[in-house]
Amino acid sequence: MNPSVEALRREFGDAIGVAFTSCGQSIVYVDRHRVRDALGWLKVTPGQSYDYLVDVTAVEYRDPERPIEVVYIVRSLARRAELRVKAELAKDEPLEIDSVVSLWRGADWLEREVYDMFGITFRDHPDLRRILMWETYAEGYPLRKDFPLRGRFSRAEQVRQAMSASTEAQYSLEELSIYEAYHDLPMDMRERLARGARGAIPDPPVPDDE
Amino acid sequence: MSKRTVEFDLATPGVDPAGRAVRVPLGAAAVEEREPDIGVEHMLLNVGPQHPATHGVLRLVVELDGEIVVRVIPHLGYLHSGFEKLGEYRHYNQIIPLTDRTDYLSPMANNVGFALAAERLMGIELTERCKVLRLIACEMSRIISHLVWLGTTAIDIGAFTPFLWTFYERERIYDLQEAWTGARLTTSLTRVGGLLADIPDGFEDGLRACCTSIPKALEEVDRLLTRNGIWCARTQGIGVLTAEEAINFSLAGPMLRASGVPYDVRKDLPYLDYETYDFDVPVGEHGDVYDRYLVRMEEMRQSVRILEQALARLPDGPINVDDPRVILPSKTAAMNDMEAMIFHFKQVMEGVAAPVGEAYVAIENGKGEQGNYLVSDGTAKPVRWRIRPPSFINLAALPKMAEGHLLSDLIAINASVDIVMGEVDR
Repeated sequence: MNPSVEALRREFGDAIGVAFTSCGQSIVYVDRHRVRDALGWLKVTPGQSYDYLVDVTAVEYRDPERPIEVVYIVRSLARRAELRVKAELAKDEPLEIDSVVSLWRGADWLEREVYDMFGITFRDHPDLRRILMWETYAEGYPLRKDFPLRGRFSRAEQVRQAMSASTEAQYSLEELSIYEAYHDLPMDMRERLARGARGAIPDPPVPDDE
Repeated sequence: MSKRTVEFDLATPGVDPAGRAVRVPLGAAAVEEREPDIGVEHMLLNVGPQHPATHGVLRLVVELDGEIVVRVIPHLGYLHSGFEKLGEYRHYNQIIPLTDRTDYLSPMANNVGFALAAERLMGIELTERCKVLRLIACEMSRIISHLVWLGTTAIDIGAFTPFLWTFYERERIYDLQEAWTGARLTTSLTRVGGLLADIPDGFEDGLRACCTSIPKALEEVDRLLTRNGIWCARTQGIGVLTAEEAINFSLAGPMLRASGVPYDVRKDLPYLDYETYDFDVPVGEHGDVYDRYLVRMEEMRQSVRILEQALARLPDGPINVDDPRVILPSKTAAMNDMEAMIFHFKQVMEGVAAPVGEAYVAIENGKGEQGNYLVSDGTAKPVRWRIRPPSFINLAALPKMAEGHLLSDLIAINASVDIVMGEVDR
């Protein structure tokens, strides 16, 4: 067992849940409200100095009762130590957790990916948008266990939506605002922008019987 | 110096008081009529997804002030294939073909990375010959990955010749890869507990030949680029990241080491007995595009050193573990022996169950630390298969690096990250 787990327990007391090793690697559960504090403490405390964030991801188990876990893998480059910190998010509560972007800039895209794939909201994230799926993606969160492998919409519906998307749907509104020559845009595009429509999302059709 | 037509034409409008034609400096007339500065309006430029310099289907929306990059907003996902989702519906051995398609410029290293994670989960100890052969596969992958990087980056910055030389050498390794696995790109080299096949006859000689020809090719590229004025001007001081920034961005591989952080998974968290090989880890000091180039050049030379040592020590023996639960019996045994046939049937139909648990195993592939995180609930299919994608995480630093540089430097910086979109988007 990684000695940092005991140090965490001394520092954070009840916020630290069970800890165990799997395949020789230490895993510690931390209360979801204290995760950022615990990771920040691990990062800066001398003797811990977990200065490198290896990965942020999430796990949903096949057992629908089990909470979703957000997994942080942190490493101390100098001490060559690695620790896996997990936080449990119960499914009947809002899937929310504090962002660690303030600790590691590298968490930015990793948290966006978790948001994109699992629908977990990271509080205080500077730019929480979908990253791998497009921003108007309306089928849900692909890595959730209730998401069918082929997607929620039929292939015909997916094609129809892709073909009917307008050009400016490829840009975020923020990006379009960079372009100051607004009045040079064609009339219909200006109209859509003014309405805030970016390739409006069609209503989802009745799901196919699968 | 002979007078060129264009100068003559331009000179004719100007006539001095004596009636003799005088030369007007090129463009001087245009300057007079040019309107005053068009102001501070920023321009929005879309680069990609179909653009050769974005190395795949990366799309960058760039805010420009004149030619200076103010902001870069990357858009990803054009190659998203849902590998991680697909993996949850497949047996461990069936996931290996998916790993080919993530970082498709070094497929064999990905195969090894996934197999190591699955074996860690199942507690399988590899045979000695398998370990050395997998290490050879990893180092071959690193060389071809870096050779592609070197060639394409040189093209991006305007030098075409290195591309031809590096792709020639890469082809020699691809021939070996094809002889070994039957495929150039989709190798699927590993199996949980072993390998698809042992190396074919003549492979060792072919690899030795590569070990002598690659340093020569690198020497030629080195002579062409390393002290080349244009190359230095285009790369030195461009896209600088300090060591603290590189760590803060979770960068890995040559990107991290070029910024001066001496971290290499092969040295710091050794796998496949890397600790028993003698090699150096090159570290840069400026963290710019030029240092990334130097680091990758030296890494290829070190890979050749490792390959030579691996060839010298390659032991005889089986490539697969002796465990009928995970390794398919030989065809002869399966056809003649009832028990062997049952094992064959169970493995193909049910897969190999992994005990409840989870494992994260990192390897150092050409792009950086490639990790495989597997969670098992005791069935033959993982609950979660997560790839830690080094290209994706390295690319996240691109907006930071490109700010304030010229648009043409953005291309050089993007090239220096060494992304492969199959892995970024997965």
